[in-house]
Amino acid sequence: MRRFADLSRALLRAGFAESLAYRAEFLVWILTTNLPLVNLALWSAVAHEAPVEGWQGADFAVYYLATLVVRHLTGAWVVWALTSDIRRGDLAQKLLKPVHPLWVLAAENISALPVRAVVAVPFALLLLHAAGPDRLASGVLPWFAAALMIALAWTMTFLVMAIIGTCSFFVESAYSLFEVWSGLFMVFSGYLVPLQLFPEWLREAGRYLPFRLMLSLPVETMLGRIGGAEIAEGLALQAAWVAVLWLALRAFWRAGLRRWAAYGG
Amino acid sequence: MARYVRLLFVQVRASLLLAVQYRLDFAVQGLTALFWTASTFVPLLVVYGRRTAVTGWTYPQSLLVLGFFLVLKSVLEGAVNPSLVAVVDHIRRGTLDFVLLKPADAQFLVSTSKFDPSAAPGVLGGFGVLAWGLALEGRVPTATGTTTALLLLAAAVWVLYSVWIVVVSAAFRLVRVDNLAYLFTSVFDAARWPSTVFRGAFHVLFTWVVPLALMTTWPAQALLGRLDAAHLGAAALLAFAFALLGRRVWLASVGHYTSASS
Repeated sequence: MRRFADLSRALLRAGFAESLAYRAEFLVWILTTNLPLVNLALWSAVAHEAPVEGWQGADFAVYYLATLVVRHLTGAWVVWALTSDIRRGDLAQKLLKPVHPLWVLAAENISALPVRAVVAVPFALLLLHAAGPDRLASGVLPWFAAALMIALAWTMTFLVMAIIGTCSFFVESAYSLFEVWSGLFMVFSGYLVPLQLFPEWLREAGRYLPFRLMLSLPVETMLGRIGGAEIAEGLALQAAWVAVLWLALRAFWRAGLRRWAAYGG
Repeated sequence: MARYVRLLFVQVRASLLLAVQYRLDFAVQGLTALFWTASTFVPLLVVYGRRTAVTGWTYPQSLLVLGFFLVLKSVLEGAVNPSLVAVVDHIRRGTLDFVLLKPADAQFLVSTSKFDPSAAPGVLGGFGVLAWGLALEGRVPTATGTTTALLLLAAAVWVLYSVWIVVVSAAFRLVRVDNLAYLFTSVFDAARWPSTVFRGAFHVLFTWVVPLALMTTWPAQALLGRLDAAHLGAAALLAFAFALLGRRVWLASVGHYTSASS
């Protein structure tokens, strides 16, 4: 156990150093996340003419800024790392090390979070400025829940990406699969359009899917748009999905490794 | 000139052969492109489910903007970005030396080094959306309108390309920037709505600094017969200025290039 803790600390430190070493690349990477702002422009023009179902310009601003903050804090790049490791055979070396490769990847992705958080701060400040007290959740409990939700959402993102990356054991390119996933995510997570503005049937269809849990749920909680019962239900759903995804990843990983033959030895 | 046309043909052929080698990937990419196209409709559908017009643009009219956006996005992904990624790679590995040594214009060679034919369905899809928008609007564009729109589209491709050359030139200085392509694409995403939805500083930014208005909004206005001569003049000026800027920056950057191997 002690060994494990030491190991994790070393991995995290190495990952953090790396995220600082390639800061220009990292910054550019993070700046690409601006689709919420593009959608905000559209909606604020709409709301400028007249509110949409009670949503005013400021509501949209707050919503999309919160979306950006959550998105930055839950980002990962496992698909790319894992796919390239599997394709090029680099995974062979990593398998020899006394740590599970997925654990190394997780540590790398977690240790980039401080830098990501720094980028998220300006958006968060803008959010506070645009919102004022009446557009944010009040009390400690919702914020505590939101923090927990973001952690679970990150775990879900990591697991999904790892599962898709693991698919490279079986198919030529996992990137296309991930693009399909991202397309669904954009629509059903509330990334493009707040889910509350969706027609009822579409919202219901996405209720138990993972997408909403990974973005819209923490955002709604931070903005105080959902109450205690829904918060509890959301957390339970997130935990259930984490368990399911974890089991799926384990099964995929084992089946994949059995098939895999590294190139180049 | 004829030599460059032949060279272009050879480069396109090589890219095509490479792409068709990975057949499954090729088919899947074509499909995901269509899927992405569909997802760009979602915000528009939700907005126009409640409104008949936004900042003076009705649903069919917004479809025209979206159509031009989809065409240009496919051009960007099929003809511009793949080469961008290749140049960044060349610079990092030092293999740009081999390109510079070849007896043809280096800018031409790197710009045509890679095409991705799986973006082609996207171009067709974009024109499909244009036709659909015109049908909904119940409008047959005039010959002048169509010509103007096509000219603007050509200018837009030229501006896109020039912005791209400037971006590539940044890679000469910031060596490890593989993801510049993504940044470029994500800024371009703002062109999917009529430029009138952007107000204040953003309106100025997207009209003059990164001329997204020229790329999608003005061609749509031309098809609708709403574009005045002043805008046409501005478009010509912008295209010219960007072409000049791109060439200058490229020549300056290559002049400073010191190779990675020596």
